[in-house]
Amino acid sequence: MRPKIARLGGVLAVGVALTVGLAACGGGSEPTPGGGGASAPTTLKIGFMGDLSGENSGIVIPPSNGAQLAVDEYNATNPKVKVEMIKYDSRADATTAVSLAQKAIKDDKIVALVGPAFSGESKQAVPLLEEAKIPNISASATNADLAKNGWKFWHRVVPNDGVQGPAIADFISGAAAAKNVFVVDDKSEYGKGIGDAVRAQLKSKGVTVTDDALDPAATDYSSTVNKAAAAKPDAIFFGGYYAGAGKLIKQLRDKGVDAKFFSGDGSLDKGIIEGAGEKQAEGTLIGCPCRIPTPDESDEKVKKFAADYKAKFGADPLIYATEGYDAMTTFLKAIGAGATTTETINDAIGKSDFQGISKQIKFDPTGEPSAKSIYMYQVKGGQIGLLGDTTTAKLG
Amino acid sequence: MSTNSTITNGRNAFSAFIDGIRDRWAAAPSWQRWTVYIMLFVIALLLPNESFGRFMSPYSDWASVLFFPIGTYVVLAIGLNVVVGQAGLLDLGFVAFFAIGGYSMALLGTELGLNFWEILILGVILSALSGVMLGGPTLRLRGDYLAIVTLGFGEIVRQTAENTDAIGGPRGIAGIPHPPSIEGVELFGIEIFKYGVLDPRPYYYLLVVVATAIIIFVKRWEKSRVGRAWAAIREDEDAAEVMGVPTFKFKLLAFAIGASIGGAMGVVWAGKTISINPNDFLFMLSATILAAVVLGGSGNIPGVILGAFLVAWLPERFRGLSDYRILVFGAALVALMIFRPEGLLPSRRRRAELAEGTGGMGSLGAEVPGPETQRAAEGAGK
Amino acid sequence: MFDNLLGSFWPYTIDGLIVGAIYGLVALGYTMVYGVLRLINFAHSEVFMIGTMASAFVVMTLGITTPLTGFALIGGLLLMVLVGGAASAGSAMLLERIAYRPLRKRGASRLAALISAIGASLFLQELFALVIIPQVFDRPQQGRNQMGVARIMDKEVLFTIGGAQIRVDQILIFVAAIGMMVLLDLLVNRTKIGRGIRATSQDPETAVLMGVDIDKIVRMTFLIGGLMAGVAGALFVLQFEVTKFSIGFLLGIKAFTAAVLGGIGNLRGALVGGLFLGLIENYGAAVFGSGWKDVIAFSVLVLVLMFRPTGILGESLQQARA
Repeated sequence: MRPKIARLGGVLAVGVALTVGLAACGGGSEPTPGGGGASAPTTLKIGFMGDLSGENSGIVIPPSNGAQLAVDEYNATNPKVKVEMIKYDSRADATTAVSLAQKAIKDDKIVALVGPAFSGESKQAVPLLEEAKIPNISASATNADLAKNGWKFWHRVVPNDGVQGPAIADFISGAAAAKNVFVVDDKSEYGKGIGDAVRAQLKSKGVTVTDDALDPAATDYSSTVNKAAAAKPDAIFFGGYYAGAGKLIKQLRDKGVDAKFFSGDGSLDKGIIEGAGEKQAEGTLIGCPCRIPTPDESDEKVKKFAADYKAKFGADPLIYATEGYDAMTTFLKAIGAGATTTETINDAIGKSDFQGISKQIKFDPTGEPSAKSIYMYQVKGGQIGLLGDTTTAKLG
Repeated sequence: MSTNSTITNGRNAFSAFIDGIRDRWAAAPSWQRWTVYIMLFVIALLLPNESFGRFMSPYSDWASVLFFPIGTYVVLAIGLNVVVGQAGLLDLGFVAFFAIGGYSMALLGTELGLNFWEILILGVILSALSGVMLGGPTLRLRGDYLAIVTLGFGEIVRQTAENTDAIGGPRGIAGIPHPPSIEGVELFGIEIFKYGVLDPRPYYYLLVVVATAIIIFVKRWEKSRVGRAWAAIREDEDAAEVMGVPTFKFKLLAFAIGASIGGAMGVVWAGKTISINPNDFLFMLSATILAAVVLGGSGNIPGVILGAFLVAWLPERFRGLSDYRILVFGAALVALMIFRPEGLLPSRRRRAELAEGTGGMGSLGAEVPGPETQRAAEGAGK
Repeated sequence: MFDNLLGSFWPYTIDGLIVGAIYGLVALGYTMVYGVLRLINFAHSEVFMIGTMASAFVVMTLGITTPLTGFALIGGLLLMVLVGGAASAGSAMLLERIAYRPLRKRGASRLAALISAIGASLFLQELFALVIIPQVFDRPQQGRNQMGVARIMDKEVLFTIGGAQIRVDQILIFVAAIGMMVLLDLLVNRTKIGRGIRATSQDPETAVLMGVDIDKIVRMTFLIGGLMAGVAGALFVLQFEVTKFSIGFLLGIKAFTAAVLGGIGNLRGALVGGLFLGLIENYGAAVFGSGWKDVIAFSVLVLVLMFRPTGILGESLQQARA
């Protein structure tokens, strides 16, 4: 027994020595954070996190471009403290988002983050940012529950699904005067959330609601379509993303169900027209908390943004591009005003109040935006056009 | 043909090298073995060090990656190995047990306020029970029927969670508590028992301890009567039955043990992750873990660990290739199976079985082929 | 709860049969490969995906903007089916050559072949998402998005049964699918190559002694299975007018389930299993809501297997019927 224990001790000793050595190595090469602060032009790093290459990248690339545009414009003014934007491609996967956030905090030492883009990844990654005291503004995470976590460093520039859902429901029962609505969701976190919000609001208005759910990865929605046909609704609301919406619209129309079709911001993509077919998609109504510049824009600031964006990225600014720009601008204004640490930036954000491209940028203490407008868009002649604010827009 | 023979030579050289080490190992006195075990344990504890991280995981935080996917895959692969590698049952829905463990942690932690350690025990029991519930009616099925039934079970569990609003539906469950912390215990400047949000290392150490315990258990079983019964079932179920091995009972036991390991990992994982939802438990995870088991060498624990490590680590390491990494991963799986179909570190026993043509890794599922069906399975490649 | 099903019984039935026919066609590929090689060919779902892509490519290349009629329509449909079938059959054979044959020659296990199949499946999906869709279909940056396909025939309602509208495209799909399966049944039961396939699946050793060229039989098996999946892909595009790099995944799992339900290895079982699965899914969705569709499908699978452990019709490709 005895020699064994002795050897064991030896091994352990070697182990400890190794660890200490390694730890020492690790400690020695640690870069100095922030670098004293006093010395002139420094560069601060701001992250952008979201699904930049996955299936939903269509909703994340425009805001990332918007944020990049804001940074480039800011750096072009030759400020004292420059800003560098680092992109983190989470592919909408929460686990990836967590380890990227860890890296962003520990290795890259970002001072602020635009994102995470979606609600699911936000739920897991924001607690890290919170603990590291990194201010973050999401341009597109709309889940209502996010604001209920008591997070101090979290903000968003879009109204949540709890605002969007009822606004669309009011439009359905108001402007569209529907009495019998078929509500279907795609069983995703987002789709179910907004679907339930619409259901609740419609029921409170005395509208008859029939519901169903579908699998967005499937293609055959015949059972949902048959159920809709049997319910004979005046309007149909779909909570989910454009790929599912397109397939559903086509199959509904082919079955002769021609009730007005409504959806939320997840469906606001040209893909909905391609999936449904131009003829079938005509007249589809899509609500969104986002402000997308349209060709007949009257606001000069928005016009200039759209032109700059197009010149830089060779494409029209799509969904959440203006919100991405505004989120980044909020940080840049704080940094321009002299805030260089995460906590001072966060304080400055809390006090920010300026006219952004998408809306007035001002935050509630919970991090929600004070402006709560929801816009209604409609498919006309193969294009998605702005119909107006849901509270005022009329159906033609 | 020349390429074929070079490949064969290469394989032989590699096998011979591994065999040499194996022989040494088998002949080594037990104190030497224990020394190596302890060294391995210490190395596992040293792994999260940043100086490895810079090379091992330049694109995301190394300690996080060590916990998930690497550590998680390793434990899951050890669990699946009991079912696939040791008892020879093909399970394509292993993720279901991981999900049951995860949901146990989430539900019992948020609703009943139980602490992590209590839930760990309950979660293991619950997933073992679910393994028995699934195995009871289906383990009498032969071979590939079992495969599709387990695949179906995995989907049933996930979609039921998705459709049941009482457990959060697609939103899943948020605000899962962490294991209780013990503050102030420092080792090398890390508070090893402080289970917070920012530092993943305490969770990783927890995982290493859990994994070590599981490996010890599984090793004990493998060498006991149970392990011999599994081997007998794997090689020839009918013969085993005739020789008086209660095959159904032992198959059920393998299922229950595999399930409880999956469940334990689910609890540990959910204890770190704050929120879970049904999309964390897709079929792809079952397939990946199975790939890890077969790639490493089904039936052999060091092989399985190596397989899981590679399957988890390579895509992380090559995040820089961004899009192309899954493409390369797919091609690598095909190539590895072509050049080393028995896995990187196959169990010697399984290899012997394979050489005799009686089962071994050929036994895909409960159906254990005899010499003819074995070759039939390969399409009589002569 | 049941009034929804009873109220729209015929629409659910018709739609169940249509989708079931497509399941059945894809299931044939699983069942044939399983019969001969005892291998679950996981990559078969990608063979189907390639079929949908090839048909979509035909529609795109023809530059169809308004639905076709008359001979142009017949020509267009034939071209879709032919190109879809050829692309799938070709890729299935290539798959066999690259991912399975080396393993077979080496006497590797079926488990290894299964992993190879999973690897090949991942590879093919990513290949389409990263290279083929962006470049061949000229959709840069959109490889992972759903692709809409132009409508090539008007979907007129021909007549109604019990409140169910029967459209011309639905009849076409159903007839084409059943026709393909009857043809295949004749091929396997009446021709020399069919005899070879049956012999190999029953007893490969004896088959070799009797002069059957196993390699050729395996190639033929993949060719026929791929062809069926390609035709299914073309019909799928005709019916749903969309495709995607990952379109095969769910459909592949369903088709494999159908094959097992009917009795894997049994050609007629694939058809029976496909139709049965299609109907069960739709009836189940009518009663419990569409969200429960897959749960119902898999639960029924477990139930059926508990009472009939080798599926509805049993594994007859290997047994008897010689």
